[in-house]
Parts: sequence; C-alpha cells; structure tokens
Amino acid sequence: MKELLLIVVPLAGAVVAATGLNNRSRPWLLPAVGVIHSVLCLWLLLAPPPVAAGAWLGFDPLARAVLPAVSLLFVVCSAYGVSYLRIRTERSNRVFVACLLAVLGLLSAGHQARHIGVLWIATEAVTLAAVPLLHFNGTPRAFEATWKYLLVGGTGIALSLLGSFCLGYASLHGGGGGDLTFSALAAQGAGLSRPWVLTAWVLLLVGYGTKMGLAPMHTWKPDAYGEAPGIVGAMLAGGVTTVAFTALLRVRVVVAAAGEAAMADRTLLVIGLFSMLVAALFLLGTRDFKRMLAYSSVEHMGILSLAASLGGAVVWAALFHVWGNSLAKGALFLSAGNIRRASGARTMDEVGGMSALMPRSCALFITGVFVVTACPPFGPFFSVLRVLRAAFESGHDPAAWVFLACLLFAFFGITRLAFAIVDGRPRTAAKTHGKRFRETSGVVLPPLVLLALALWLGLATPAVLCEAWTAAVSQLFPSR
Amino acid sequence: MNETLNLLVGLAMGLNLIALGSSRLPTLIRAVSAQGVVLGVMPLVLEHHFDWRVALIALATVAGKGLLIPGLLRRAMRAANIEREIEPFIGYVPSLLLGAGGTITAVALARGLPLLPEHAHTLLVPGAMAAVLTGFVLLIGRAKAIAQVCGYLILENGIYLFGLLLIHATPLLVEAGILLDVTVGVFVIGIIVDRIQRAFDSLDTRKLTVLRE
Repeated sequence: MKELLLIVVPLAGAVVAATGLNNRSRPWLLPAVGVIHSVLCLWLLLAPPPVAAGAWLGFDPLARAVLPAVSLLFVVCSAYGVSYLRIRTERSNRVFVACLLAVLGLLSAGHQARHIGVLWIATEAVTLAAVPLLHFNGTPRAFEATWKYLLVGGTGIALSLLGSFCLGYASLHGGGGGDLTFSALAAQGAGLSRPWVLTAWVLLLVGYGTKMGLAPMHTWKPDAYGEAPGIVGAMLAGGVTTVAFTALLRVRVVVAAAGEAAMADRTLLVIGLFSMLVAALFLLGTRDFKRMLAYSSVEHMGILSLAASLGGAVVWAALFHVWGNSLAKGALFLSAGNIRRASGARTMDEVGGMSALMPRSCALFITGVFVVTACPPFGPFFSVLRVLRAAFESGHDPAAWVFLACLLFAFFGITRLAFAIVDGRPRTAAKTHGKRFRETSGVVLPPLVLLALALWLGLATPAVLCEAWTAAVSQLFPSR
Repeated sequence: MNETLNLLVGLAMGLNLIALGSSRLPTLIRAVSAQGVVLGVMPLVLEHHFDWRVALIALATVAGKGLLIPGLLRRAMRAANIEREIEPFIGYVPSLLLGAGGTITAVALARGLPLLPEHAHTLLVPGAMAAVLTGFVLLIGRAKAIAQVCGYLILENGIYLFGLLLIHATPLLVEAGILLDVTVGVFVIGIIVDRIQRAFDSLDTRKLTVLRE
C-alpha cells in the first residue's frame, strides 16, 4: 500500500493547503509532504514491492527507475519554495501550494500507471494542475504563456486520448476483452490490429510528445518556462516531461509486441534528432536566459527520444539521463530564478555582470550550465557518452554525427548566453533592484544540493540505481 | 439501428461545416451546443436494450457538451463584452473547403482501417476524423479565444465519437474520468479566458505576441 501513499499523501496535502492554514504556514506543507514522499520513494526503491499482474497502478520497475528522481527534485524544490514564497508574501499562495502538491501526487500516479486510461487521466490532470502555477506571477506575459500552454498542451493531451482509444480498438479488433493494462495489451502481441496500432502510435507520439516538448510540438515550452517561477519550471522540466517520456516507453512496449518496433524506433529517432536540431538552432539565437533553459529541455528530450530508439542498453542510458537531466534542470531553474529576481530583467541585452551582485547564484548557474551541456564529471556526461557510443556501434553514424553537432551548437549557444549574463559590469538598474533580494541560504543551498547530487550520480552511480534501471530495461524489453 | 446512427453522425458532420462557415460567435456556440446534444443521443441509439450506465453517459454528455459548456462560453462572451464578429485567420470559404476536403479524406482514410463487423457500416470513424480535422482548422484559423475553445470542443467531440466504438469494452471508470477531465479542462480554459480579458481588455489572441524569438 506504500505505493498508493505516494499518490494519496500529496493529494491530501493539496486538500489541506486549499482549505486551511494561512499564508505564512502553508509553504511549510511543501517540504513536509516532499520529505514523506521521498522517504517512501527511497524505501520502495530499496525494497521494491510486488506488482499484481492486472493492477492499474503499481510501483513497477519503470516507476522505480524514474519516480525517485522526481521525488528528489521535488523535495529540494520544496525547500526552495519556502524561501521563495516568503519573498512573495504579497500574493496568496493557497492555490500555488495546493496545485504544486497536486502536481506531485498526479505525477506519482502517472509514473505508476499500468493502464492506458489511468495514465491518460493522470497526465491530463497534471496538465490542468500546472495551469495556476504558470500564471502565479500574474503578469500579462504570464497569461499569454498560460494560454499557449493550455491550447497546445490541451490539444496534445486530446490527441493522446484519441491514440489511447485507437490502441484500445486495436485490442478489441484483435479479440481483446477490453483489458487496457499495458501488460494485457503487450500479451496480446501480434493479435493486435496492425493498422490501428500504427495509428495509435502516431497519435500517442504526437500527444505525449507535446507534453514532453519534442519539436515541432515544443512551442508552448519557451513561453511557459520563461514566465513561470523557477520552482515551477524545475518541476515541469524535471517531472512532467519524464512522465510523458515513460508513457512513450510504455506504449512502445505494446507497439513492439505488435511487431512494429522498427517503425516506432525510426519515428523516435527522427523526432529526437529533429528536436535536438531545432533546440540547437534556437539556443544559438535566443537572448532570454529562462527561455534558453526551455530550449535546453527540448534538446534533452530529443536525446531521450533518440536513446529510446536505439534499444535495450541505450534505454538504460536514457533512464540514467532522466536522472541527470532532472537534477541539472532543477539546479539551473532555481539559480536562474535567483538571477532573474535580482536583475529584474530576462535578456542578455538588459542583464549583465550578475556575478558581482549574486556571486553564489551565478557560480551555481554556470556549474549547472556545464552539467546540462554534458561536461564531465557530472551525470549527464556519462549518459550522453553511452548514447553516443551506442549510436556509433549500432551503425547509426549519420544520426550520431548530427547528435554530436547539436551538442556542440547547444554548448556554444548556452555558454554564450550564460557568460554574457554573468560577466561584465552590472547594469545600474540591477544594482538598485538587486538590493531587495538577498542571497539567503534558503535560495542557494537547494540548487547546490541538486548539483552535488548530479556530481555524485556521475562519479559514483549508486549500485541500487543501476540495478533499478536494469530491471526497468528488462521490463521494457521482455525478450532480452 | 445503423441508419439512425449514421444519420446522427451525418448531422454532426453538417454541424462541423456550419461551425466552419459561421462568422458570428453565437452561431458558432449554437453549432457546438447542437453537436453536443447530437453526440449525447448517440449512445442510446447504439444500445439494443436499456443500460443505465450508457444512459448515464448520454445524460452527462447532453448536459455537459450540450448545455453546461455552451452556457459557460456564452457567459464568458457576455462578461467580456466582446464583439460578436469572429475575425478569421483562415477565411470562411477556405475553412469550408478545408472542412469539406477533410471530411472526404476522412471517409477515404477510414476505408483503410479494419473495423469489427458490428462497426463496419457506421460512419463513426470518418465522423470522428472529420470532427478532429474541423477542430484543428478552427483552432488554427480563428483569432478569438472563444472561437478557439469552440474548435477545441469540436476536436473533443471527434474523440468522443471514436470513444463510442469502445463504449462496451472500456469500464465506466475510464469513461467517467475522461468526461470529468474534459469538463474541468474547459472550466479552466473559461477562467483563463476571463483573466485574459481582464489583462488585455479583449479576447483577441493576436495580441498575445510578446513572447517570441
């Protein structure tokens, strides 16, 4: 029952936040729930529970391989959230705290969903719960971002429902009894109707790809990440996108069982490379440092998609990369949030010399940039290296070269912008503005912890995680 | 049985075209509302004998898609005090041509997909595809937020039409959850529309152009 507590505890916390407590005490609910959630998650990681065959929800190997990363990210972000909401006392945080907790609970449900309908409901609910978080800042720009998020995200989620229906019909056409759990669908295997499986795959790839932020369905991402508070950006980039990714992995198992693995892999490869290409080009052009993080997220989703297309051992690297990406994105969003607040602006034309005003946040930001551009010795370096090696070994040379070029361009683009913000002489406007926001330990320690975890992940990947990823790979590729 | 159902699907397809061709918001909302009622009646037609679960779904659909959501949209329209003109990006005639072409393509495409014998002579699959395409045209081709929400609703209606194929196979839980989510989704969209109005004093999404590269 512990696995259900992962869903129930945050949702109960959300109800408490929505109905009771005052503006000062409510933010403490975030770390309280976060700690319970991550303790439960770690416990389940170390002692995985049995999963009933036909269960709709369960802490299966795939959930075990990814959900602890989300939990870890949340608990660190929640510590930051307390300090952040103390700065923003002029606004009521009732809806913000409730929705953030609801997002955690629904993400836990989405990761544990073993039924295509439950998975869809959880993803849809996460999409909706994130809406109030995005326009917490209440500016016209935030409204614009929220509208685009809702329209593009809503369409994506609608298409993934259509895809789920198509997969259901594929099963029904093949004589299935209406059991839409992934294991039952995969067990039906070649009995599934092929044309319907293909239709379903296309729709689900577009649908969940929109939530993941794969190009060309990524258009909501820069706006949403650029306008949302840093903590929300961190949870979206490190949590919500991973649910969509594991959703695609789960669907891919069914498609592969129906005998269409080659087609699924080819589409994942193409869309992954295209995402990386689009992200790299926009990274070279963008001047807004929070939108830069969004394009970097698109790039990393492209890496995940590419890795998922290359088969068993590389999916192991993809799960590794999910961890590295979540931790790095968390650190970057939180430190970028600090810089954004102190500078009062968002583009490299208006922001400069922040290292003089916010030395610690800038150091964290620059370190985060090196983590996210896959520099050694952090986690993402090793996962990207594995993906790249596998791409060359499996004879995907052109793809590997494009991959490498995109990484290089992304590195140029990100470092160009990051150093423009950090280096130089502070603008006078920022000097007066920055006085209001001090670098307290509450806003500096959380990103530091995340970076330390990313370093630990790279230098000494815990054996239990390696084992969890291996178990997840054997769930996703049953024949191996 | 199938004749009545096909008639209803045909009606829904016709309403798609009315939605595409209408130049004023009240007409568009009325078309969407009528389509919601038509869709709500369908599960009852599909059923050979009375089943309370199916009746419940039908009732919820008529209430939700036919009354509640159009009511909310009308309220948003009145509250925002916006002009009734739709102002398309894609003109009405091109929209209609796209819609008609989309419907024909949908019928042709649906031929290529294998269907169970009991569904073989229904227009559900082409109807679903046509509605999804219509929804897309409206989402892309209309400037007003409410018109875009209507497009989204027609898209959802298409998905609902497809869901009718599975009404016996999927447990009620999934169906109810889906319906709830759809309603809540539009609720939230409605709130957003309201807020956008306050921030911009119009419901013109063309003014949402600050965020770009």
